[in-house]
Amino acid sequence: MEILAFVVDGLLLGFVYGIAAMGLTLIWGVMNVINLSHGPIIALGSFGVYLLFTSIGMNPYLALVLVAIAGLLVGMLVYAIAIHRVINAPHLSTLLATFSINMIIIGLGTALFTTTPRTVNYSLGSLTAGPVTVLGTRLVAALAATLVTGLLYLFLYRTTLGKYVRAVANNRSAAELMGIPSSRILAFSFGLGTMLAAIAGGLIATFFPFTILSGGVYELKSFVICVLGGLGNPLGALAGGLVLGAIEGIIPKFLPTTWVPVLEFLLFIIILLVRPSGLFGAKK
Amino acid sequence: MNAWRNPGIWLTLGVVAAFSVWPILTQKAASREVLFTMLLSVVLASSLNIILGYTGYVSFGHIVYFGLGGYVGLYMISSLKVTLWLAIIGGGLASALLAFLLGRAILRLRGAYFALATIGVNEAVRAFINNFKPFGGPIGISLNFNVYKDYGGATQSLWLAYYLLIAIALGSIVLSYVVKSSKFGLGLRAIREDEDAAEVMGVITPDVKTWAYVLSAILPGMVGVLFYFKNGNIEPGDAFRLHFSIELLVMVMLGGYGTVLGPVLGAAGYQRLRGFLLTSPLFKDIQLSVAGALLLLIILFIPAGAVGWIRHRVPVLRKVLP
Amino acid sequence: MILQVEGISKRFGGLQALMRVTFDLPEGQILGLIGPNGAGKTTLFNVINGVYPPNEGRVSFRNKDVTGMKPYNLARLGIARSHQIVRPLNELSVRENVMVGSCFGRENQNLGEAAKTSNEVLAFVGLAERADQLASSLNIAQKKRLELARALASRPYLLLLDEVLAGLNSSEIDTMIETIRLIRTQGVTIIMIEHVMHAVMNISDRIIVLDYGQQIAEGTPVEIARNERVIEAYLGDPKLAERLLQHKQ
Repeated sequence: MEILAFVVDGLLLGFVYGIAAMGLTLIWGVMNVINLSHGPIIALGSFGVYLLFTSIGMNPYLALVLVAIAGLLVGMLVYAIAIHRVINAPHLSTLLATFSINMIIIGLGTALFTTTPRTVNYSLGSLTAGPVTVLGTRLVAALAATLVTGLLYLFLYRTTLGKYVRAVANNRSAAELMGIPSSRILAFSFGLGTMLAAIAGGLIATFFPFTILSGGVYELKSFVICVLGGLGNPLGALAGGLVLGAIEGIIPKFLPTTWVPVLEFLLFIIILLVRPSGLFGAKK
Repeated sequence: MNAWRNPGIWLTLGVVAAFSVWPILTQKAASREVLFTMLLSVVLASSLNIILGYTGYVSFGHIVYFGLGGYVGLYMISSLKVTLWLAIIGGGLASALLAFLLGRAILRLRGAYFALATIGVNEAVRAFINNFKPFGGPIGISLNFNVYKDYGGATQSLWLAYYLLIAIALGSIVLSYVVKSSKFGLGLRAIREDEDAAEVMGVITPDVKTWAYVLSAILPGMVGVLFYFKNGNIEPGDAFRLHFSIELLVMVMLGGYGTVLGPVLGAAGYQRLRGFLLTSPLFKDIQLSVAGALLLLIILFIPAGAVGWIRHRVPVLRKVLP
Repeated sequence: MILQVEGISKRFGGLQALMRVTFDLPEGQILGLIGPNGAGKTTLFNVINGVYPPNEGRVSFRNKDVTGMKPYNLARLGIARSHQIVRPLNELSVRENVMVGSCFGRENQNLGEAAKTSNEVLAFVGLAERADQLASSLNIAQKKRLELARALASRPYLLLLDEVLAGLNSSEIDTMIETIRLIRTQGVTIIMIEHVMHAVMNISDRIIVLDYGQQIAEGTPVEIARNERVIEAYLGDPKLAERLLQHKQ
């Protein structure tokens, strides 16, 4: 029954991984861009919550809302500066453009914040249900993640702006012909993706210590999850996150924890080779 | 081959040789170290260029061949007690073998999927070696200091490594040129431009791509051995750093992908810039940011890189800048 | 018979693109392949040329079963093809584009031989002065000629031309028709997909008509122009067909 505890813990973490991966997969789905600044933006999200918490004592979950808005704006800015010009160029250009943003953020971040690990000392106690004990923060994070997913889907399917995003994702030229300002929608969609990354970062700050470099690990996990879930499929990303979280929870029961990345990346490569559209089906 | 009548290649080789010889003449260890880093980058960038610039396949995790070569080489030296020469060959062969096996599998993927797969490979190898006891697990392999005695002592070993690196660096430029001016290279470039059209014209794409990938892996494997031999030790955290791998991409793009001279200039230029930024009090903390900003400007405004841009603007020079 | 196509069927998911297409092609003939858009003409080329294998049926080339063989192997055997939407190798020069054809085509030439062949072929299609320009700098008519040059450089026995006249003006069309005639005199068998009716009626020895993946008619241009099913499915006006034939020199 101990395994259940591990799995549950992993699943809760998986919700947060899923949100992060959703950000990446959304951007991929709408504009065929792999955002290599994903990791640093997650880290910025963590820092956002940390700074608001430590400087003015704001409740981390409240801070999360501000961080989300900041994430959206930052994303739109990044799109305007780095991606807009090369959106139609070969893949390598957008990969390197987003990577240059990665470098810029890490460079500035290391200078401003150094590499000492930060923690958000906020505890919500723990909840015990039978054999399983979970930390309050993990539970709230999972709930927050579910809420965010729900809001995202409401947005995409029930609002006009969301419809525009889906239209542009489906067929950019057709959308333009119908009068949708595709560049602005692309900028907004990129912002949505970074917003999700920032939210994930903020939630991660409530569990683990972090530095400006911590985002890298979650970026790699996001790649694996996106491929698992199908590039361009947000629900697939959430599902993939849960799968990964569960795997991470279970494996240490049978193998030393250090083997987890090996299996994750082997799985990654195998899926790319065998079922590149992912377990749940990619877009396009 | 009348390709060797092109002054451009001799000019490139000559300039690189001249710069490399400078520390030998002055016997200055400091300039030797600067040149060592530059020549290392030249080898890595030129090799990456074969799969990236010529064939059009974006390898993000290319550093894996450098790290693997280093590991195999150091293992051979410390546990199997072989000489440096054999270790270098061993490192190169190990990387070539990995590239050959992987190539068949992941070269079936296109574009961003291939790029992601190479990242996956790098991380998988790193994570695996982290657990692999014969390679020292997370602690890695350390060379016993006595090893250097076989090569005339520590100082002599450093110079020896440098001489070997010069040879390999010049070799990498020759390799790049030979590939580019050969029929094989024509096939690669056809694949880069339009893989399906290339197939229709008769290019046997799976074989050709695999060989390009193998060729792009050998020299990084070999210089990996040299670098870690000098370093005295290797650990998984350092040997497979994705950031460095991507900096290689920057070097190739900066100088101009798909040319022989491009990666050379890009590598030298980038290392020079890095050196300057690291020692400048103003920029040292944000060295990565400045490099990033520079990369962004290049991507946005001169995507063909320095050499590519010149070749486009001044077509007459196209013959001379290989 | 240089090419024998037997019972070729091809499905894409729910769509039946080709249904039991069958024909023989004697050496040296020019075969026209016509039909409305979406009839499966390019798909048929893709099957003959190895881009995808058929679901059913066989393709034999020079008495060898080549069904399902990859395009690069077929290029070695002597099948070359031009594309409907031109695919120049943009960052390579015009000459290099053509050299790819000769290096990797039927004769597997080395770079020196390929350079000579490419000079010949470029002169033949009229692109000799542009040999050192980048392929991306050509206009559409020149790109079409480049596409043809590349295919010819591989010294094929069979040449598949997919809408090589599309987008050309009337004098460009006349020049291209002459070029195609010259190619045939050099012993190359040709299949042409075309929508430019007067051209294909004039130059073809035989014509096959596809509609919704099925062969609805086969015969000489005269027979095809008078065939009721063809007129209904594609040509439209029976008088038009007569006029097209009168266009013949």
